[in-house]
Amino acid sequence: MLFDSEVFQITLLSLQVSATATLISLLIGLPLGTWLALGSFRGRSFILSIINTGMALPPVVVGLVVAMMLWRSGPLGDLHLIYTPVAIIMAQTIIAAPVVTGLTAAALEALDPHLRQQLLGLGASHLQTIWYLWREARLPLLAALMSGFGSVISEVGASMMVGGNIRGQTRVLTTAIVLETSKGEFGTALALSTLLLVLTYLINLALTWIQQRGQKR
Amino acid sequence: MIEIRNILVTRNNRPVLDVAALDIKHGETLAIVGPNGSGKSTLLLALAYLLPTARGDILFNGKPLKQWGELEYRRKISFVFQSPLLLDMTVEQNIALGLTFRGMSKEETHERAGRRIKQLGIESLSKRRASQLSGGEAQRVSLARALVLDPELLLLDEPFAALDPPTRKNLIGELSALLAEDQRMAVFVTHNLNEAAKLSQRIAVIIDGRVRQVGTAMQIKSEPADETVRAFLQDLSQ
Repeated sequence: MLFDSEVFQITLLSLQVSATATLISLLIGLPLGTWLALGSFRGRSFILSIINTGMALPPVVVGLVVAMMLWRSGPLGDLHLIYTPVAIIMAQTIIAAPVVTGLTAAALEALDPHLRQQLLGLGASHLQTIWYLWREARLPLLAALMSGFGSVISEVGASMMVGGNIRGQTRVLTTAIVLETSKGEFGTALALSTLLLVLTYLINLALTWIQQRGQKR
Repeated sequence: MIEIRNILVTRNNRPVLDVAALDIKHGETLAIVGPNGSGKSTLLLALAYLLPTARGDILFNGKPLKQWGELEYRRKISFVFQSPLLLDMTVEQNIALGLTFRGMSKEETHERAGRRIKQLGIESLSKRRASQLSGGEAQRVSLARALVLDPELLLLDEPFAALDPPTRKNLIGELSALLAEDQRMAVFVTHNLNEAAKLSQRIAVIIDGRVRQVGTAMQIKSEPADETVRAFLQDLSQ
């Protein structure tokens, strides 16, 4: 039986973990995607193909790899992170980062190729150029953020494997739904699913509102 | 003054531009004409320090571009492309863009942008978003955005090619007057010899990446330097 305070704690943890993973993915994906979109170097297509493959990484595979790394006998075992929220954040970041990176690169590649030269030709520094290119691509970049968040708030495999679904510590909405279903508590599972859907909807509604407002301006 | 000395520009290891010598004097507008893919835009990009040269030097006021800081040099020039390439913001903000890059104060930016807006007769557009402009209006804004910087060198890459003939004629007339008034050094790339004659004092004909002839429109028409220039002129007249 799930009590209100427990549901609140699970929901809060879900949001904290997924929002942190999305933010870290943004910090990695935005510069990396920009570098891939604007750079011309040997191996660029290969790296892009790896990133694009990473966009479809199965969460359960990510969970397995992260679990092996964080396991007591694994290379990062000494950090004692397995079955902690940090472990879930690590796994979710690995899931979301390629999504944000790939969509950032695609968003910038879709801009007029002369735009960058035009900004430089008007005296922009390289940082100013990148800033204004991001500004021009802000709508697809927001879509990249939404996709990154969507890919982690809804995943269950990685959270289960590296978090362990420990009550009060690493239980998030998706792993709680799996647990309640396995116990035959379909009513609770359904209620939690509805909560997850409503939360996801509200966050996407806010981001879509920002996106549409940008389009109408 | 710009002095081009024995430059070679390559793309994918293939030479696309090979210019032995070409000068542009203070206050002069030089037009570059030539067929598609002849290297006209490549020359402009090299002059803007947006493409590296594999050999030779381009000197600006006696100093090779390589010795100017990239940013320092680019802040002395301005570039107008065939497409207006306006950003998704108001006309006034677009025109002020280069001044913003240079960290100019809001008051001075507003004052300078306002002056150019008035000069180009686009006051009524200044609060509109760039996406709401017609092709001619957008290109006029693009010109204002370049001119507001008072560049020592203005580079124009077929800025009127996509416009309808009446708009094109008007803008060429206005630009010609502005360039003469400001005594600005400019390089104007075009397909059209008549446009080149209206805007520039001298014309350079580039074919297959090489400068074949430099002179006035009259000289080029009456005495083509070689068969390639003659053939190009014939293509233009057809």
